[in-house]
Amino acid sequence: MNEKIYQMINQQVFPSAFCPGCGHGILMNAILRAIAELEMEMKDMLFVSGIGCAAWIPSPHFKADTLHTLHGRAIAYATGAKLYNPKLKVMIVSGDGDLSAIGGNHLIHAARRNMDMTVVCANNGIYGMTGGQVASTTPLGSRTSTTPKGNQEPPFDLCKLVEAAGGTFVARQPVVTPIPLTRTLKKAIVHKGFSFVDVLSPCPTQFGRRNAFRTPYDMLTYLKNTCVSVEKAKSTAPDEIKGKILVGEFVGGKGGEA
Amino acid sequence: MEKKQKKKARIEINQKWCKGCYICLETCSKKVFEKSVEVSEKGFFPVIVARPEDCTSCLQCEMLCPDLAINVKKGE
Amino acid sequence: MALQLKKVKSSLSPGWYFMQGDEAAAEGAIAAGCRFYAGYPITPSSEVMVHMVKRLAEVNGVFIQMEDEIGSIGALIGASWAGAKVLTATAGPGISLMTEGIGYAVITETPCVIIDVQRAGPSTGQATRPGQGDVMQVKWGAHGDNEIVALAPWSVQEMYELTIKAFNFAERFRVPAFLLADEGVGHLRETLVIHEEVEIFDRLKKRGEPPFGTEDPTGVPPMPAFGEGENLLITGSTHDERGFRKTADPGTHAKLTERLVRKVRDYKNEVIQTESYFMEDAEFGVVSFGFTARAAIQAVKTLRKEGLKVGMLRLVSIWPFADEAVAEMGRKCKAIYVPEMNRGQIAGEIRKYTSQPIIPIPKTNGEVFEPAEIVEAIRRNMI
Repeated sequence: MNEKIYQMINQQVFPSAFCPGCGHGILMNAILRAIAELEMEMKDMLFVSGIGCAAWIPSPHFKADTLHTLHGRAIAYATGAKLYNPKLKVMIVSGDGDLSAIGGNHLIHAARRNMDMTVVCANNGIYGMTGGQVASTTPLGSRTSTTPKGNQEPPFDLCKLVEAAGGTFVARQPVVTPIPLTRTLKKAIVHKGFSFVDVLSPCPTQFGRRNAFRTPYDMLTYLKNTCVSVEKAKSTAPDEIKGKILVGEFVGGKGGEA
Repeated sequence: MEKKQKKKARIEINQKWCKGCYICLETCSKKVFEKSVEVSEKGFFPVIVARPEDCTSCLQCEMLCPDLAINVKKGE
Repeated sequence: MALQLKKVKSSLSPGWYFMQGDEAAAEGAIAAGCRFYAGYPITPSSEVMVHMVKRLAEVNGVFIQMEDEIGSIGALIGASWAGAKVLTATAGPGISLMTEGIGYAVITETPCVIIDVQRAGPSTGQATRPGQGDVMQVKWGAHGDNEIVALAPWSVQEMYELTIKAFNFAERFRVPAFLLADEGVGHLRETLVIHEEVEIFDRLKKRGEPPFGTEDPTGVPPMPAFGEGENLLITGSTHDERGFRKTADPGTHAKLTERLVRKVRDYKNEVIQTESYFMEDAEFGVVSFGFTARAAIQAVKTLRKEGLKVGMLRLVSIWPFADEAVAEMGRKCKAIYVPEMNRGQIAGEIRKYTSQPIIPIPKTNGEVFEPAEIVEAIRRNMI
């Protein structure tokens, strides 16, 4: 079923740079599928990314205009391009640290402006490329190379952050459920205004090995068991939701205002 | 009543792109995949399609492969 | 290729205007074809931005005030690759913030114009007072080797004309080009003469050609834009001529870094611009630039009246540096005096090109030079 997708990539750069079992590879797969199912053309897109493993999702894998920028700055660069050529369909694909730590300021201002762009945050809760340091999204207690005894800082809820800043389509999906993920990505792409998707995408190499996940599949299983959709959460007792991760479309999807 | 000949799903694994993460193998509810007994030149046991006749074309393997290494041609 | 300029109508009706330097620079940008501005307010450059809001609306351009300078340089680069001629204006602290982005523009060969209305630094310094302390920063601020273009206006007329030139050089060489103004000339109000036409340069475009490498002797590849079907691969990592990252190949890194430097250095004579005054029989020389040169030329005239055979070289371009012109002055003159509103940055650069005595005349009290100060300093340091 991937025939269309193979036309959308630079095949000569595969096998990809991602580690075996990297969640970002699954996300790359889903983004391409979303664009293909929407019957959109890669030539109408502009993909902008920062620095980090997630930033490699579009660059160099996508056969399209790609802009691989500086750490944290993808959204600023995308803003310039979109304003000058509004016909471009702009998608930013970058990591959680890149978008919400060093890049946090650009994220909240683009959301405040409700700029017509889609931000796909490949969220693995760690700085993978540089050796597994703690990030602004690392869960409390998790081990990273700079929190060997367990992270003491509470993480961002990126969806609440972007919603508060003014984003008009805000959602979260894990890579383990590719069909809801693709569906949400399609809505985000089509949405007019600032859309943000927090994609839970595991890093087996840096996060998994430090936190007792032996295989990529174990990390996907953890996500499957921990994520609860917004709809399901409505009819579930509060103490059963404790410790779970809420996923779904919070703003601008089924559950929110456009 | 005649039993229609079921068209088998064809599962192609691009062994150049596969990195042996085994997500497909562990996800597949029909146990279609297996690890080969011979180590590949990349240093892991590559995934082989052992029971294509059991495939239901759910496409989970294709969608969950981080390397776009699996292409499923649907059966009927 | 060289600088093949095309004539276009001026964006203001021909005539005499009375304008502030910052505003004149904005007019120069509009005349050069700039249709995108992204910036952040900072004294003493904010007037450029405010004037651009007004003028861009009149010419169907695009304006955004970004959340900070880092966002500004980013938006500039994004818009340049969307096909625009782009401008921002800032001061020293803003250049410091933009520096990483400037380096990105260097390696991705993104044309952009940055007006630095220099003020008294370092750091916050005296925000409303003039300085000339950023001359080294615009070239060496970003890590690595940067061949950029920087021009230093000394009048409102040059704020207009050199901004147009900055755009032309940015597009010609595919580099960030700086207008090294200062608060003195930025906030000055003076006559500006607008002629019928201006000469501008548009970036080279050739479909299908690699955007990051060329065998052309100029070393400047053509530059496509987003949405033209070229599947652009733009990255700040070392890349081959098509933009594919090659972060472990020695040959690619050597080829790229050498071409980025040579494409400007080998053609520096297209950029280098100086003006000589009283140099024919000069025994002593003065080198100055920007607002300081206004006081320096008066000082030179005063000393000439007293019988001293002194001449002046005004640096109109700062980078690439006028190495041959200062070496020539060194051959003629017994000593070279360098007044500047910093602690000797250009004096230090001149030292590279002549072994004659160089006497820096630094002034960093947040005020511009008076001609008498320069006269006095030269007299005191006669050799």
